[in-house]
Amino acid sequence: MAEAMAASRRPSVIWLPFQECTGCTESITRSHSPTIEGMIFDMISLDYQETLMAAAGFQAEEALHNAMKDNYGKYLLIIDGSIPLGVDGAYSCIAGRSNLELLKEAAKGAAAIVAMGSCASFGGIPKANPNPTGAVSVSDIIKDKPIVNIPGCPPIPVVMTGVLAHYLTFGSLPELDDKGRPKAFFGETIHDRCYRRPFYDQGKFAKTFDDEGARNGWCLFELGCKGPVTHNACATAKWNGGTSWPVESGHGCLGCSEPDFWDAGGFYKALSMPADPLKIAAAAAVVGVGAGVAVSFANRAKKGAAKKAHETTTLEDLEK
Amino acid sequence: MNELQFLTWVRGPGLDIAVGIFLLGVLWRLFEIYSLGRKKDLSAPRHAAGASGLHTVFRRSLPPPGLLKRSPVSYIGGYIFHIGLAVVVFGFAPHILLVKNLTGLSWPGLPSQFIDLAAVVTMAAMVVMLVDRINKPVKRFLSTFEDWFTWAVTFLPVLTGWMAVQHLLLPYTTMLAVHILSVEILLIVLPFTKLFHAFTLFGSRWYNGRANAHKGVPV
Repeated sequence: MAEAMAASRRPSVIWLPFQECTGCTESITRSHSPTIEGMIFDMISLDYQETLMAAAGFQAEEALHNAMKDNYGKYLLIIDGSIPLGVDGAYSCIAGRSNLELLKEAAKGAAAIVAMGSCASFGGIPKANPNPTGAVSVSDIIKDKPIVNIPGCPPIPVVMTGVLAHYLTFGSLPELDDKGRPKAFFGETIHDRCYRRPFYDQGKFAKTFDDEGARNGWCLFELGCKGPVTHNACATAKWNGGTSWPVESGHGCLGCSEPDFWDAGGFYKALSMPADPLKIAAAAAVVGVGAGVAVSFANRAKKGAAKKAHETTTLEDLEK
Repeated sequence: MNELQFLTWVRGPGLDIAVGIFLLGVLWRLFEIYSLGRKKDLSAPRHAAGASGLHTVFRRSLPPPGLLKRSPVSYIGGYIFHIGLAVVVFGFAPHILLVKNLTGLSWPGLPSQFIDLAAVVTMAAMVVMLVDRINKPVKRFLSTFEDWFTWAVTFLPVLTGWMAVQHLLLPYTTMLAVHILSVEILLIVLPFTKLFHAFTLFGSRWYNGRANAHKGVPV
Protein backbone atom coordinates (compact mmCIF):
# COMPACT_ATOMS: atom_id res chain seq x y z
CA MET A 1 0.00 0.00 0.00
CA ALA A 2 2.85 2.37 0.93
CA GLU A 3 4.62 1.60 -2.35
CA ALA A 4 1.48 2.14 -4.36
CA MET A 5 0.96 5.46 -2.65
CA ALA A 6 4.56 6.54 -3.25
CA ALA A 7 4.56 5.44 -6.87
CA SER A 8 1.29 7.04 -7.87
CA ARG A 9 1.30 10.49 -9.44
CA ARG A 10 0.08 13.03 -6.94
CA PRO A 11 -3.47 13.53 -8.08
CA SER A 12 -5.11 16.90 -8.05
CA VAL A 13 -7.67 17.44 -5.32
CA ILE A 14 -10.04 20.39 -5.37
CA TRP A 15 -12.00 21.18 -2.22
CA LEU A 16 -14.99 23.50 -2.63
CA PRO A 17 -16.79 24.86 0.42
CA PHE A 18 -20.48 25.70 0.10
CA GLN A 19 -23.04 26.24 2.89
CA GLU A 20 -20.80 24.94 5.66
CA CYS A 21 -19.19 25.89 8.95
CA THR A 22 -15.62 24.77 8.23
CA GLY A 23 -16.06 22.10 10.90
CA CYS A 24 -15.20 19.41 8.37
CA THR A 25 -11.93 21.15 7.53
CA GLU A 26 -11.23 21.62 11.23
CA SER A 27 -11.84 17.93 11.71
CA ILE A 28 -9.63 16.69 8.86
CA THR A 29 -6.69 18.68 10.22
CA ARG A 30 -6.93 16.43 13.34
CA SER A 31 -6.41 13.26 11.35
CA HIS A 32 -3.55 11.30 12.86
CA SER A 33 -3.08 8.54 10.33
CA PRO A 34 -2.62 9.55 7.59
CA THR A 35 -2.24 13.19 8.58
CA ILE A 36 -3.49 15.93 6.30
CA GLU A 37 0.05 17.39 6.10
CA GLY A 38 1.41 13.99 5.13
CA MET A 39 -1.23 13.69 2.43
CA ILE A 40 -0.55 17.17 1.05
CA PHE A 41 3.22 16.61 0.97
CA ASP A 42 3.32 13.05 -0.26
CA MET A 43 0.04 11.88 -1.73
CA ILE A 44 -2.09 14.64 -3.21
CA SER A 45 -1.82 18.03 -4.77
CA LEU A 46 -4.41 20.04 -2.86
CA ASP A 47 -4.97 22.73 -5.46
CA TYR A 48 -7.82 24.60 -3.86
CA GLN A 49 -8.89 24.71 -0.22
CA GLU A 50 -9.99 28.11 0.98
CA THR A 51 -9.14 27.61 4.63
CA LEU A 52 -5.76 25.96 4.18
CA MET A 53 -4.30 27.71 1.13
CA ALA A 54 -2.19 30.84 1.30
CA ALA A 55 -3.59 32.36 -1.88
CA ALA A 56 -6.62 34.58 -1.95
CA GLY A 57 -8.72 36.47 -4.44
CA PHE A 58 -7.52 36.35 -8.05
CA GLN A 59 -4.62 33.96 -7.28
CA ALA A 60 -6.94 31.50 -5.62
CA GLU A 61 -9.44 31.62 -8.47
CA GLU A 62 -6.64 31.15 -10.98
CA ALA A 63 -5.28 28.13 -9.09
CA LEU A 64 -8.76 26.60 -9.16
CA HIS A 65 -9.28 27.13 -12.86
CA ASN A 66 -5.79 25.97 -13.77
CA ALA A 67 -6.22 22.81 -11.71
CA MET A 68 -9.57 22.08 -13.36
CA LYS A 69 -8.17 22.67 -16.85
CA ASP A 70 -4.88 20.81 -16.40
CA ASN A 71 -6.44 17.78 -14.73
CA TYR A 72 -9.71 17.65 -16.60
CA GLY A 73 -11.39 14.31 -16.09
CA LYS A 74 -8.87 13.22 -13.46
CA TYR A 75 -9.15 15.42 -10.38
CA LEU A 76 -10.91 14.44 -7.20
CA LEU A 77 -13.55 16.95 -6.17
CA ILE A 78 -14.30 17.33 -2.47
CA ILE A 79 -17.39 19.27 -1.47
CA ASP A 80 -18.27 20.33 2.02
CA GLY A 81 -21.49 22.17 2.69
CA SER A 82 -24.93 21.97 1.14
CA ILE A 83 -26.06 23.75 -2.01
CA PRO A 84 -28.82 26.35 -1.63
CA LEU A 85 -31.33 26.42 -4.48
CA GLY A 86 -33.57 29.19 -3.10
CA VAL A 87 -33.48 32.68 -4.71
CA ASP A 88 -31.48 31.28 -7.64
CA GLY A 89 -28.76 30.12 -5.26
CA ALA A 90 -28.06 33.64 -4.01
CA TYR A 91 -27.78 32.47 -0.38
CA SER A 92 -24.20 31.32 -0.90
CA CYS A 93 -21.86 32.68 -3.55
CA ILE A 94 -18.10 32.60 -4.07
CA ALA A 95 -16.44 35.11 -6.40
CA GLY A 96 -19.88 36.29 -7.40
CA ARG A 97 -21.07 32.88 -8.56
CA SER A 98 -23.62 30.62 -6.90
CA ASN A 99 -22.66 27.32 -5.31
CA LEU A 100 -24.88 25.51 -7.79
CA GLU A 101 -23.03 27.01 -10.76
CA LEU A 102 -19.62 26.28 -9.19
CA LEU A 103 -20.58 22.69 -8.39
CA LYS A 104 -21.85 21.95 -11.89
CA GLU A 105 -18.74 23.44 -13.45
CA ALA A 106 -16.33 21.62 -11.15
CA ALA A 107 -18.18 18.31 -11.31
CA LYS A 108 -17.93 18.19 -15.10
CA GLY A 109 -14.20 17.44 -15.09
CA ALA A 110 -14.07 15.44 -11.85
CA ALA A 111 -13.15 11.76 -11.81
CA ALA A 112 -15.13 11.33 -8.62
CA ILE A 113 -16.73 13.48 -5.97
CA VAL A 114 -16.40 13.18 -2.22
CA ALA A 115 -19.28 14.76 -0.31
CA MET A 116 -17.51 15.62 2.94
CA GLY A 117 -19.76 15.96 5.97
CA SER A 118 -23.49 15.70 6.51
CA CYS A 119 -24.31 18.96 4.68
CA ALA A 120 -22.73 17.87 1.39
CA SER A 121 -23.92 14.28 1.86
CA PHE A 122 -27.52 14.85 2.93
CA GLY A 123 -28.15 18.61 3.28
CA GLY A 124 -27.22 18.77 6.96
CA ILE A 125 -28.27 21.64 9.22
CA PRO A 126 -29.02 24.08 6.38
CA LYS A 127 -31.63 21.58 5.17
CA ALA A 128 -33.16 21.24 8.66
CA ASN A 129 -36.82 22.15 8.87
CA PRO A 130 -37.92 24.67 7.52
CA ASN A 131 -34.88 24.73 5.17
CA PRO A 132 -34.96 28.48 4.50
CA THR A 133 -32.32 28.41 1.76
CA GLY A 134 -33.70 25.42 -0.14
CA ALA A 135 -30.52 23.47 0.66
CA VAL A 136 -29.84 20.15 -1.07
CA SER A 137 -27.01 17.61 -1.09
CA VAL A 138 -24.41 17.04 -3.80
CA SER A 139 -26.09 13.84 -4.95
CA ASP A 140 -29.37 15.73 -5.39
CA ILE A 141 -27.72 17.70 -8.19
CA ILE A 142 -24.93 15.59 -9.67
CA LYS A 143 -26.18 12.31 -11.12
CA ASP A 144 -23.51 11.30 -13.62
CA LYS A 145 -20.41 11.03 -11.44
CA PRO A 146 -19.34 8.54 -8.81
CA ILE A 147 -20.06 10.15 -5.43
CA VAL A 148 -18.99 8.94 -2.03
CA ASN A 149 -20.73 10.40 1.01
CA ILE A 150 -18.70 10.80 4.19
CA PRO A 151 -21.36 12.13 6.55
CA GLY A 152 -20.82 13.28 10.10
CA CYS A 153 -21.04 16.63 11.80
CA PRO A 154 -18.12 16.68 11.38
CA PRO A 155 -16.96 13.34 9.96
CA ILE A 156 -14.33 11.37 11.86
CA PRO A 157 -10.89 12.65 10.73
CA VAL A 158 -9.42 9.22 9.94
CA VAL A 159 -12.55 8.25 8.04
CA MET A 160 -12.08 11.25 5.75
CA THR A 161 -8.39 10.62 5.14
CA GLY A 162 -8.98 6.85 5.09
CA VAL A 163 -11.43 7.13 2.20
CA LEU A 164 -9.06 9.46 0.34
CA ALA A 165 -6.20 7.00 0.92
CA HIS A 166 -8.37 4.19 -0.41
CA TYR A 167 -9.16 6.15 -3.55
CA LEU A 168 -5.52 7.10 -4.11
CA THR A 169 -4.30 3.56 -3.50
CA PHE A 170 -6.84 1.55 -5.46
CA GLY A 171 -8.02 4.19 -7.92
CA SER A 172 -11.63 3.49 -7.12
CA LEU A 173 -14.19 4.38 -4.51
CA PRO A 174 -14.71 1.94 -1.64
CA GLU A 175 -17.81 -0.24 -1.42
CA LEU A 176 -20.79 1.94 -0.50
CA ASP A 177 -24.06 1.35 1.34
CA ASP A 178 -27.49 2.45 0.08
CA LYS A 179 -26.81 6.01 1.25
CA GLY A 180 -23.52 6.24 -0.60
CA ARG A 181 -21.41 5.80 2.55
CA PRO A 182 -18.31 3.57 2.67
CA LYS A 183 -19.39 0.30 4.26
CA ALA A 184 -16.02 -0.07 5.95
CA PHE A 185 -16.80 2.86 8.23
CA PHE A 186 -20.57 3.09 8.15
CA GLY A 187 -21.49 -0.59 8.00
CA GLU A 188 -22.50 -0.96 11.62
CA THR A 189 -24.37 1.07 14.17
CA ILE A 190 -22.81 2.89 17.10
CA HIS A 191 -25.03 0.85 19.44
CA ASP A 192 -23.82 -2.51 18.13
CA ARG A 193 -20.17 -1.51 18.63
CA CYS A 194 -20.62 0.52 21.80
CA TYR A 195 -18.56 -0.46 24.83
CA ARG A 196 -21.59 0.50 26.99
CA ARG A 197 -23.82 -2.01 25.16
CA PRO A 198 -23.69 -4.61 27.98
CA PHE A 199 -25.37 -2.07 30.27
CA TYR A 200 -28.18 -1.62 27.75
CA ASP A 201 -28.71 -5.37 27.72
CA GLN A 202 -28.72 -5.49 31.51
CA GLY A 203 -31.22 -2.63 31.68
CA LYS A 204 -28.76 -0.31 33.44
CA PHE A 205 -29.26 3.27 32.30
CA ALA A 206 -28.02 6.70 33.29
CA LYS A 207 -31.12 8.76 34.05
CA THR A 208 -29.38 12.14 34.22
CA PHE A 209 -25.95 13.35 33.20
CA ASP A 210 -24.68 13.39 36.78
CA ASP A 211 -26.40 10.52 38.57
CA GLU A 212 -24.78 7.33 39.82
CA GLY A 213 -25.56 5.56 36.54
CA ALA A 214 -23.74 8.27 34.58
CA ARG A 215 -20.74 8.03 36.89
CA ASN A 216 -20.75 4.25 36.54
CA GLY A 217 -20.68 4.61 32.77
CA TRP A 218 -24.06 2.99 32.14
CA CYS A 219 -25.99 3.16 28.88
CA LEU A 220 -27.09 6.61 27.68
CA PHE A 221 -30.17 5.38 25.78
CA GLU A 222 -32.60 7.08 28.15
CA LEU A 223 -30.74 10.36 27.78
CA GLY A 224 -31.50 10.34 24.08
CA CYS A 225 -28.57 8.42 22.59
CA LYS A 226 -29.26 7.74 18.89
CA GLY A 227 -26.59 5.02 18.70
CA PRO A 228 -29.11 2.29 17.77
CA VAL A 229 -30.05 4.02 14.50
CA THR A 230 -26.72 5.66 13.66
CA HIS A 231 -24.17 4.13 11.31
CA ASN A 232 -20.67 5.44 11.97
CA ALA A 233 -17.26 4.35 13.19
CA CYS A 234 -17.02 6.51 16.35
CA ALA A 235 -17.16 3.50 18.66
CA THR A 236 -14.25 1.79 16.89
CA ALA A 237 -12.10 4.49 15.22
CA LYS A 238 -12.78 7.09 17.94
CA TRP A 239 -11.60 10.71 17.71
CA ASN A 240 -8.37 12.67 18.20
CA GLY A 241 -5.97 9.84 17.64
CA GLY A 242 -8.15 7.28 19.38
CA THR A 243 -8.41 9.36 22.55
CA SER A 244 -12.16 9.25 23.09
CA TRP A 245 -15.54 9.71 21.44
CA PRO A 246 -18.87 11.28 22.42
CA VAL A 247 -20.36 8.31 24.29
CA GLU A 248 -17.07 7.66 26.11
CA SER A 249 -17.04 11.28 27.24
CA GLY A 250 -20.53 10.84 28.70
CA HIS A 251 -22.89 12.21 26.05
CA GLY A 252 -25.26 10.20 23.88
CA CYS A 253 -24.83 9.95 20.12
CA LEU A 254 -26.70 12.67 18.18
CA GLY A 255 -26.97 10.55 15.05
CA CYS A 256 -25.00 13.07 12.97
CA SER A 257 -24.09 10.68 10.15
CA GLU A 258 -27.73 9.93 9.29
CA PRO A 259 -29.83 12.02 6.88
CA ASP A 260 -32.03 14.66 8.52
CA PHE A 261 -30.79 13.87 12.02
CA TRP A 262 -31.58 17.44 13.08
CA ASP A 263 -35.27 16.76 12.70
CA ALA A 264 -35.39 13.33 14.33
CA GLY A 265 -37.35 14.35 17.41
CA GLY A 266 -34.77 15.97 19.69
CA PHE A 267 -31.28 15.01 20.85
CA TYR A 268 -32.29 14.31 24.45
CA LYS A 269 -35.38 12.22 23.76
CA ALA A 270 -34.85 8.46 23.83
CA LEU A 271 -35.75 6.64 20.63
CA SER A 272 -38.74 4.97 22.28
CA MET A 273 -40.17 8.29 23.42
CA PRO A 274 -42.69 10.28 21.36
CA ALA A 275 -40.88 12.58 18.94
CA ASP A 276 -43.46 15.31 19.54
CA PRO A 277 -45.87 15.97 22.40
CA LEU A 278 -49.22 14.32 21.72
CA LYS A 279 -51.50 17.02 20.38
CA ILE A 280 -54.77 15.39 19.38
CA ALA A 281 -54.86 12.73 22.12
CA ALA A 282 -56.54 14.94 24.74
CA ALA A 283 -59.08 16.25 22.23
CA ALA A 284 -59.73 12.70 21.02
CA ALA A 285 -60.39 11.58 24.60
CA VAL A 286 -62.95 14.35 25.03
CA VAL A 287 -64.60 13.43 21.71
CA GLY A 288 -64.62 9.77 22.82
CA VAL A 289 -66.38 10.62 26.09
CA GLY A 290 -68.80 12.84 24.19
CA ALA A 291 -69.59 10.11 21.68
CA GLY A 292 -70.01 7.58 24.47
CA VAL A 293 -72.40 9.83 26.37
CA ALA A 294 -74.35 10.65 23.18
CA VAL A 295 -74.70 6.98 22.30
CA SER A 296 -75.75 6.26 25.90
CA PHE A 297 -78.58 8.77 25.61
CA ALA A 298 -79.60 7.34 22.24
CA ASN A 299 -79.66 3.85 23.76
CA ARG A 300 -81.70 5.06 26.73
CA ALA A 301 -84.17 6.73 24.40
CA LYS A 302 -84.44 3.50 22.42
CA LYS A 303 -85.07 1.53 25.60
CA GLY A 304 -87.64 4.07 26.75
CA ALA A 305 -89.43 3.90 23.41
CA ALA A 306 -89.43 0.09 23.52
CA LYS A 307 -90.85 0.20 27.02
CA LYS A 308 -93.58 2.60 25.93
CA ALA A 309 -94.45 0.50 22.90
CA HIS A 310 -94.72 -2.57 25.07
CA GLU A 311 -98.28 -3.91 25.10
CA THR A 312 -99.41 -5.85 28.07
CA THR A 313 -100.71 -9.27 27.24
CA THR A 314 -103.49 -10.50 29.44
CA LEU A 315 -104.90 -13.97 29.92
CA GLU A 316 -107.94 -12.94 27.92
CA ASP A 317 -105.73 -11.96 25.00
CA LEU A 318 -104.20 -15.41 24.96
CA GLU A 319 -107.55 -17.15 25.10
CA LYS A 320 -109.00 -15.22 22.20
CA MET B 1 -38.93 9.65 3.06
CA ASN B 2 -35.82 7.94 4.40
CA GLU B 3 -35.94 5.44 7.26
CA LEU B 4 -35.06 7.98 9.95
CA GLN B 5 -37.90 10.23 8.76
CA PHE B 6 -40.19 7.18 8.77
CA LEU B 7 -39.14 6.44 12.34
CA THR B 8 -39.63 10.07 13.37
CA TRP B 9 -43.10 10.06 11.79
CA VAL B 10 -44.23 6.95 13.65
CA ARG B 11 -42.77 8.41 16.86
CA GLY B 12 -44.49 11.73 16.20
CA PRO B 13 -47.70 12.27 14.21
CA GLY B 14 -48.31 8.52 13.83
CA LEU B 15 -48.24 7.95 17.59
CA ASP B 16 -50.42 10.99 18.16
CA ILE B 17 -53.08 9.72 15.74
CA ALA B 18 -52.97 6.16 17.10
CA VAL B 19 -53.17 7.18 20.77
CA GLY B 20 -55.96 9.63 19.85
CA ILE B 21 -58.09 6.98 18.14
CA PHE B 22 -57.30 4.51 20.92
CA LEU B 23 -58.47 6.89 23.66
CA LEU B 24 -61.50 7.95 21.64
CA GLY B 25 -62.54 4.35 21.01
CA VAL B 26 -61.86 3.08 24.53
CA LEU B 27 -63.75 5.89 26.27
CA TRP B 28 -66.62 5.74 23.79
CA ARG B 29 -67.11 2.01 24.22
CA LEU B 30 -66.66 1.99 28.00
CA PHE B 31 -69.26 4.73 28.40
CA GLU B 32 -71.58 2.99 25.97
CA ILE B 33 -71.27 -0.44 27.59
CA TYR B 34 -71.52 0.64 31.21
CA SER B 35 -74.38 3.06 30.60
CA LEU B 36 -76.55 0.36 29.06
CA GLY B 37 -77.73 -0.77 32.48
CA ARG B 38 -79.58 -3.94 33.29
CA LYS B 39 -83.03 -4.63 34.60
CA LYS B 40 -83.15 -5.11 38.31
CA ASP B 41 -83.60 -8.74 39.35
CA LEU B 42 -86.64 -8.56 41.60
CA SER B 43 -86.42 -12.12 42.88
CA ALA B 44 -85.19 -12.73 46.41
CA PRO B 45 -81.40 -13.28 46.31
CA ARG B 46 -80.14 -16.75 47.13
CA HIS B 47 -76.85 -17.31 48.80
CA ALA B 48 -74.29 -19.94 47.92
CA ALA B 49 -70.71 -20.37 49.02
CA GLY B 50 -68.25 -19.09 46.46
CA ALA B 51 -70.83 -17.28 44.41
CA SER B 52 -70.06 -13.60 43.85
CA GLY B 53 -68.71 -11.24 41.25
CA LEU B 54 -65.24 -11.28 42.78
CA HIS B 55 -65.16 -15.09 42.91
CA THR B 56 -65.96 -15.28 39.22
CA VAL B 57 -63.30 -12.71 38.30
CA PHE B 58 -60.67 -15.06 39.70
CA ARG B 59 -62.33 -18.40 38.95
CA ARG B 60 -62.65 -17.66 35.25
CA SER B 61 -58.88 -17.42 35.03
CA LEU B 62 -58.68 -21.11 35.90
CA PRO B 63 -59.89 -23.92 33.67
CA PRO B 64 -63.08 -25.66 34.84
CA PRO B 65 -62.54 -29.30 35.92
CA GLY B 66 -61.66 -31.54 32.99
CA LEU B 67 -61.29 -28.80 30.39
CA LEU B 68 -57.53 -28.48 30.75
CA LYS B 69 -57.24 -32.07 29.54
CA ARG B 70 -59.68 -31.57 26.72
CA SER B 71 -58.18 -28.32 25.36
CA PRO B 72 -54.64 -28.14 26.67
CA VAL B 73 -53.47 -25.96 23.77
CA SER B 74 -56.10 -23.30 24.40
CA TYR B 75 -55.41 -23.10 28.12
CA ILE B 76 -51.64 -23.56 28.34
CA GLY B 77 -50.99 -21.64 25.13
CA GLY B 78 -53.33 -18.91 26.30
CA TYR B 79 -51.60 -18.55 29.65
CA ILE B 80 -48.15 -18.53 28.08
CA PHE B 81 -48.82 -15.93 25.45
CA HIS B 82 -50.77 -13.61 27.73
CA ILE B 83 -48.09 -13.71 30.42
CA GLY B 84 -45.38 -13.48 27.75
CA LEU B 85 -47.03 -10.41 26.25
CA ALA B 86 -47.22 -8.78 29.68
CA VAL B 87 -43.52 -9.49 30.31
CA VAL B 88 -42.46 -8.12 26.92
CA VAL B 89 -44.75 -5.10 26.93
CA PHE B 90 -44.17 -4.03 30.54
CA GLY B 91 -40.68 -5.41 31.21
CA PHE B 92 -38.62 -4.05 28.32
CA ALA B 93 -36.81 -0.85 29.32
CA PRO B 94 -37.60 1.18 26.15
CA HIS B 95 -41.31 0.35 26.61
CA ILE B 96 -41.23 1.52 30.23
CA LEU B 97 -39.59 4.72 29.07
CA LEU B 98 -42.48 5.34 26.67
CA VAL B 99 -45.05 4.77 29.42
CA LYS B 100 -43.06 7.03 31.73
CA ASN B 101 -42.98 9.75 29.12
CA LEU B 102 -46.71 9.51 28.47
CA THR B 103 -48.01 8.96 32.01
CA GLY B 104 -45.19 9.63 34.46
CA LEU B 105 -45.34 6.06 35.79
CA SER B 106 -42.22 3.93 35.78
CA TRP B 107 -40.80 0.73 37.22
CA PRO B 108 -37.55 -1.26 36.85
CA GLY B 109 -36.99 -3.09 33.56
CA LEU B 110 -35.91 -6.68 32.93
CA PRO B 111 -32.65 -7.76 31.21
CA SER B 112 -33.06 -7.71 27.44
CA GLN B 113 -31.97 -11.35 27.09
CA PHE B 114 -34.90 -12.36 29.28
CA ILE B 115 -37.26 -10.20 27.22
CA ASP B 116 -35.85 -11.83 24.12
CA LEU B 117 -36.62 -15.28 25.49
CA ALA B 118 -40.12 -14.19 26.55
CA ALA B 119 -40.78 -12.81 23.04
CA VAL B 120 -39.73 -16.08 21.39
CA VAL B 121 -41.86 -18.15 23.80
CA THR B 122 -44.82 -15.81 23.26
CA MET B 123 -44.56 -16.10 19.49
CA ALA B 124 -44.20 -19.87 19.68
CA ALA B 125 -47.33 -20.10 21.84
CA MET B 126 -49.26 -17.86 19.47
CA VAL B 127 -48.21 -19.89 16.44
CA VAL B 128 -49.19 -23.14 18.15
CA MET B 129 -52.57 -21.66 18.99
CA LEU B 130 -53.04 -20.49 15.41
CA VAL B 131 -52.18 -23.94 14.07
CA ASP B 132 -54.60 -25.46 16.57
CA ARG B 133 -57.30 -23.05 15.42
CA ILE B 134 -56.68 -24.10 11.82
CA ASN B 135 -56.45 -27.82 12.57
CA LYS B 136 -59.44 -28.26 14.85
CA PRO B 137 -62.59 -28.31 12.67
CA VAL B 138 -64.81 -26.88 15.39
CA LYS B 139 -62.45 -24.01 16.18
CA ARG B 140 -61.98 -23.31 12.50
CA PHE B 141 -65.74 -23.31 11.94
CA LEU B 142 -66.26 -20.88 14.80
CA SER B 143 -63.50 -18.54 13.61
CA THR B 144 -64.41 -15.40 11.72
CA PHE B 145 -62.26 -12.85 9.93
CA GLU B 146 -61.97 -10.95 13.18
CA ASP B 147 -60.25 -13.88 14.87
CA TRP B 148 -57.55 -14.16 12.23
CA PHE B 149 -57.18 -10.39 12.03
CA THR B 150 -56.81 -9.81 15.77
CA TRP B 151 -54.31 -12.66 15.96
CA ALA B 152 -52.24 -10.98 13.26
CA VAL B 153 -52.30 -7.47 14.76
CA THR B 154 -51.26 -8.93 18.14
CA PHE B 155 -48.55 -11.13 16.67
CA LEU B 156 -46.94 -8.51 14.40
CA PRO B 157 -45.72 -6.12 17.13
CA VAL B 158 -44.00 -9.01 18.93
CA LEU B 159 -42.46 -10.32 15.72
CA THR B 160 -41.28 -6.95 14.42
CA GLY B 161 -39.98 -5.88 17.84
CA TRP B 162 -38.02 -9.09 18.18
CA MET B 163 -36.71 -8.82 14.61
CA ALA B 164 -35.62 -5.22 15.22
CA VAL B 165 -33.64 -6.25 18.29
CA GLN B 166 -32.14 -9.23 16.44
CA HIS B 167 -31.32 -7.15 13.32
CA LEU B 168 -33.25 -9.49 11.02
CA LEU B 169 -34.52 -8.86 7.48
CA LEU B 170 -34.54 -5.03 7.51
CA PRO B 171 -32.08 -2.47 8.88
CA TYR B 172 -32.72 -1.74 12.55
CA THR B 173 -34.05 1.77 11.94
CA THR B 174 -36.64 0.58 9.42
CA MET B 175 -37.62 -2.43 11.50
CA LEU B 176 -37.99 -0.28 14.61
CA ALA B 177 -40.26 2.05 12.65
CA VAL B 178 -42.28 -0.92 11.32
CA HIS B 179 -42.52 -2.23 14.90
CA ILE B 180 -43.87 1.07 16.23
CA LEU B 181 -46.26 1.27 13.26
CA SER B 182 -47.55 -2.24 14.00
CA VAL B 183 -48.20 -1.23 17.61
CA GLU B 184 -50.05 1.84 16.37
CA ILE B 185 -52.25 -0.38 14.19
CA LEU B 186 -52.91 -2.53 17.26
CA LEU B 187 -53.84 0.57 19.27
CA ILE B 188 -56.25 1.74 16.57
CA VAL B 189 -57.85 -1.69 16.15
CA LEU B 190 -58.07 -2.58 19.84
CA PRO B 191 -61.15 -0.59 20.92
CA PHE B 192 -63.24 -1.76 17.97
CA THR B 193 -62.56 -5.50 17.99
CA LYS B 194 -62.64 -8.41 20.43
CA LEU B 195 -59.25 -7.17 21.64
CA PHE B 196 -61.33 -4.77 23.75
CA HIS B 197 -61.56 -7.65 26.22
CA ALA B 198 -58.40 -6.11 27.69
CA PHE B 199 -60.76 -3.52 29.18
CA THR B 200 -64.05 -5.36 29.56
CA LEU B 201 -62.76 -8.72 30.78
CA PHE B 202 -63.02 -8.19 34.52
CA GLY B 203 -66.18 -6.10 34.29
CA SER B 204 -68.06 -8.78 32.37
CA ARG B 205 -66.80 -11.54 34.66
CA TRP B 206 -67.99 -9.54 37.64
CA TYR B 207 -71.37 -9.00 35.98
CA ASN B 208 -71.85 -12.68 35.16
CA GLY B 209 -70.67 -13.74 38.59
CA ARG B 210 -73.03 -11.33 40.32
CA ALA B 211 -76.05 -12.21 38.21
CA ASN B 212 -75.51 -15.91 38.86
CA ALA B 213 -74.72 -15.36 42.54
CA HIS B 214 -78.12 -13.73 42.87
CA LYS B 215 -79.56 -17.03 41.70
CA GLY B 216 -77.30 -18.93 44.08
CA VAL B 217 -75.05 -20.38 41.38
CA PRO B 218 -71.28 -20.17 41.70
CA VAL B 219 -69.86 -19.87 38.18
